[in-house]
Amino acid sequence: MDYKSSDGYAGPRSEDILPASATAAVKVVIVGGFGVGKTTLVGSVSEIRPLTTEETMTQAGVGVDDLAGIEHKTETTVAMDFGRISINEQLVLYLFGTPGQERFWFLWNGLFEGALGAVVLLDTRRMEVSYDVIGRLEERGVPFVVAVNAFPGAPKYPMAELRTAMDLDDTVPMIDCDARDRSSCRDTLMALMRYLYSLTTVSTEPQ
Amino acid sequence: MSEPGHGTESGAEPPGNPDRLYILTGGETRTEAKTHLDLVTLVVSRAEPDPGLQPEHAAVVRMCDFPLSVAEISAYLELPVSTLTPLLTELLSRGKVEARPPVPAAALPDVQLLEAVMHGLQKL
Repeated sequence: MDYKSSDGYAGPRSEDILPASATAAVKVVIVGGFGVGKTTLVGSVSEIRPLTTEETMTQAGVGVDDLAGIEHKTETTVAMDFGRISINEQLVLYLFGTPGQERFWFLWNGLFEGALGAVVLLDTRRMEVSYDVIGRLEERGVPFVVAVNAFPGAPKYPMAELRTAMDLDDTVPMIDCDARDRSSCRDTLMALMRYLYSLTTVSTEPQ
Repeated sequence: MSEPGHGTESGAEPPGNPDRLYILTGGETRTEAKTHLDLVTLVVSRAEPDPGLQPEHAAVVRMCDFPLSVAEISAYLELPVSTLTPLLTELLSRGKVEARPPVPAAALPDVQLLEAVMHGLQKL
């Protein structure tokens, strides 16, 4: 049960409160298809229990035919799970999980604006979603790494083969990731940061 | 003078009543000088909750006693971000809360910022 105040709304639990010194936040987006482990990853590294925020789809009824029961609605609400990591007393990192399917790309404008980068969670059982996501991220110029979530029973492919299948540039890091494992998820985020770091330092060199 | 009995009429409306959503956003979206609110803009109260505030507004002011991101407020109030934004804009323009914008987006993030994040992640 969440704590409910007299105004009837839950607020953060006392242990989920940020220090007053928190001055700025950054965000990283975790993208992948349904069931690929986005929320699991977020939950593994988040200092708060993952929360859910909603956004409303403004364009009516485009490409939502296969979501049962909402065909006649002109507005669709999409939920995004997110978590939080306090980097230091001033800086807070937020992780947002967002669905990769094209019909949810309307969410991406606000989400990727100002984001440090993205982690594409790859499900080797359904590669086509990730393929589209990668193309879209490249178009938008969002730096990303690809994390291969190790599902029990999922087909195992060599990284080189996945890279070819995804048509992925050699410079984009690919890592194995167990979304249930905190240190594995931390390593995935570290891989993204190192990659961003390398991009930053390369781009500041004289041409 | 005797107080009229309040009975069942007295309480605040239950949160999440769809009728409220229209009131929350009605008329506020066009004229405000917009402070851009990101999902990770941190909101902090600058005043105590005012008894005259609507329940949703009062809840934001109470919750943001300590910094809270727009995404977190949205989650706790169970309001879509697009509904919450005008509410926050109104509170900002009335000086009830302040907004701490995210680290500004450059084409590529700052090296020192990345070093700070890596250092923070290493502690996990």
